[in-house]
Amino acid sequence: MPAQTMTLAKALNLSLRTALEDDPDVLVMGEDVGRLGGVFRVTDGLQKDFGEDRVMDSPLAESGIVGTAVGLALGGHRPVVEIQFDGFVFPAYDQIVTQLAKLHARSGGALRMPVVVRIPYGGGIGAVEHHSESPEALFAHVPGLKVVSPATPSDAYWMLGQAVRSDDPVIFFEPKRRYWDTGEVDPGATPPPLHRARVVRAGTDLTLAGYGPTVKLCREAAEAAAEDGRSVEVLDLRSLSPVDFDTVQASVERTHRLVVVHEAPVFFGAGAEIAARITTRCFYALEAPVLRVGGHHTPYPPARLEGHYLPDLDRVLAAVDDSLAY
Amino acid sequence: MTAPTADHASGATALTDALNAFADHRPEPQAVQLLRPDGTLTLPPEHIPGYGSELLRALYRDMRMARELDTEATALQRQGELGLWPPLLGQEAAQIGSAHALRPDDHVFPSYREHGVAWCRGVDPVDVVRLFRGVTNGGWDPRGSGFHLYTLVVGAHVLHATGYAMSLAKRGSDAVAVAYFGDGASSEGDVAEAFTFAAVHDAPVLFLCQNNQWAISEPVTRQTSSPLYRRAQGFGFPGVRVDGNDALAVHAVTRHALDHIRGGGGPFFVEAFTYRMGAHTTSDDPTRYRPPAELEQWRARDPLARLRAHLSATGLAEPAFFEETEERATELAHRVRHAVRTMPDPAPAGVFDHVHAEGHALVDEERRRFEEYERSFTDPERP
Repeated sequence: MPAQTMTLAKALNLSLRTALEDDPDVLVMGEDVGRLGGVFRVTDGLQKDFGEDRVMDSPLAESGIVGTAVGLALGGHRPVVEIQFDGFVFPAYDQIVTQLAKLHARSGGALRMPVVVRIPYGGGIGAVEHHSESPEALFAHVPGLKVVSPATPSDAYWMLGQAVRSDDPVIFFEPKRRYWDTGEVDPGATPPPLHRARVVRAGTDLTLAGYGPTVKLCREAAEAAAEDGRSVEVLDLRSLSPVDFDTVQASVERTHRLVVVHEAPVFFGAGAEIAARITTRCFYALEAPVLRVGGHHTPYPPARLEGHYLPDLDRVLAAVDDSLAY
Repeated sequence: MTAPTADHASGATALTDALNAFADHRPEPQAVQLLRPDGTLTLPPEHIPGYGSELLRALYRDMRMARELDTEATALQRQGELGLWPPLLGQEAAQIGSAHALRPDDHVFPSYREHGVAWCRGVDPVDVVRLFRGVTNGGWDPRGSGFHLYTLVVGAHVLHATGYAMSLAKRGSDAVAVAYFGDGASSEGDVAEAFTFAAVHDAPVLFLCQNNQWAISEPVTRQTSSPLYRRAQGFGFPGVRVDGNDALAVHAVTRHALDHIRGGGGPFFVEAFTYRMGAHTTSDDPTRYRPPAELEQWRARDPLARLRAHLSATGLAEPAFFEETEERATELAHRVRHAVRTMPDPAPAGVFDHVHAEGHALVDEERRRFEEYERSFTDPERP
């Protein structure tokens, strides 16, 4: 298949289609994923082509979706399940944390859990309550899970395929406000490993690290900073469990400054762990404390206020200024 | 608003009739019973599937072994060799009777008290007690025995059984997944969701509820105001109640349910009406909440006593059979005791084993640091 330009949602769709074609044990399950093709159309057309036995509309029960996926995996299938929105994952949280994450260890490696839980996450689409949340740190904190989030159509395509082929449970966070962003996907290319971070823009004065929806924001901030004569490096972390600290460390040793950007609340967020580890690894290289830009420690606000909650260009640039002022 | 008319009264009657049509007037049936507490049969033996010396002796022998394991493990806990033990005392018939109806390729998803089912599935009792000694969070490989690991999060495994059944159906297998759970678990959302998934997928899963009347200190009246077996009807599959202290009836009803499921009939719910004669676990004190008279009442329905009475009265088993069974039980107890007392603690770095199937950079790094730290206590090079 030649390289094509497509949306991030379409890239996920193509990835699922490829996975269903390549492995008869792969199943897709979730609310409205069948006939409708998902509320974001990520599974569009899959039930028509692969049948109701492999692309299943589930009852409206999130714990049931993940709990039966555990059983399907025990039976040798590789379920890819969809949680319709970030804020609806919590009924499934018990199954993910106490069951899915632990069965491989509990069984001494006898039982594998090749389950992917896809979760559209994050704000910026003017949604109602519980439809804009960023709960990724709640999963990265859980031993036994792997947590990743693509930022581009190309990564969406490759990372979902890698997650499906992984024998470990993967929580796959999809930046829903980037579903309609376009980019080139080359199915003939060789992808980087699933848990490798990537330098998406080289720089010398400061490192901006984001993942999922904030990578684009970090690039925009780097471009704006360049106009002021500041050379900002941008990292796409891609994976939160594990975090590729070697790549972050190498970047910080070049730039001596780090700002982490995510939509989730800053308090006890992914940025806190990254700040702690990078401070330990790069104590003598750092010229400023690691700074964080993210959501407030408040419930996600009503849509008309989300512009004041989400990190934006000005807040990221302000953090860049703060870091450079040390 | 229009004024009442002559039709108003008859309209109200019609509405009452329409509402009454939804009322359930069925009388509450008796639980299925084949063997009375005094050891006599409720039906002629030729009407009882599988009835005969071989089945009845096997049921008795395995119930006796399960009780012996239970007694020994309880003693080992009291002596500090196990951290905890959830006794099955009183539930032997519900477990052994149902397990004997299963095929080797069926797959059991137990709760944490199904030591009798584990025994019937060929899981080494020594492996079962490992969890409760605290040397593992698992204990055995479920793939060999068709007996999944114990699940301590109440009800969570009922969804796993349902998913496993969906998997079996997709592969065209006629094997069945069996979820064992209790009256307490019946209140968990996961169990209701499992019923829904199983029903809409026609999944080949048997829901086997041991209603032992108590969820730690809460009587079953805190879990439900209608008989549990009736719940199945609301989800669209059959439910029956069986005398859970009658191994013969549990066996026959389970076999019927499995035939129904294997024949493509979809899920089936069996409520084994039984009694937890012991504590919830060795950490529990049932005298704080349970009237002694209730226990005495159920002691009179002891599942082993009634089958033994039947075997003796009918001559299906000679005294030598009971003597040999006692000897085997004693051997089992000795073997478990010796194995537990010589069971080594696992290596500390083992906590890092198998966290992931394909490794995880941070776990690997933590392991390296931990091992380095441990070595520092014995490394002569270090100050």
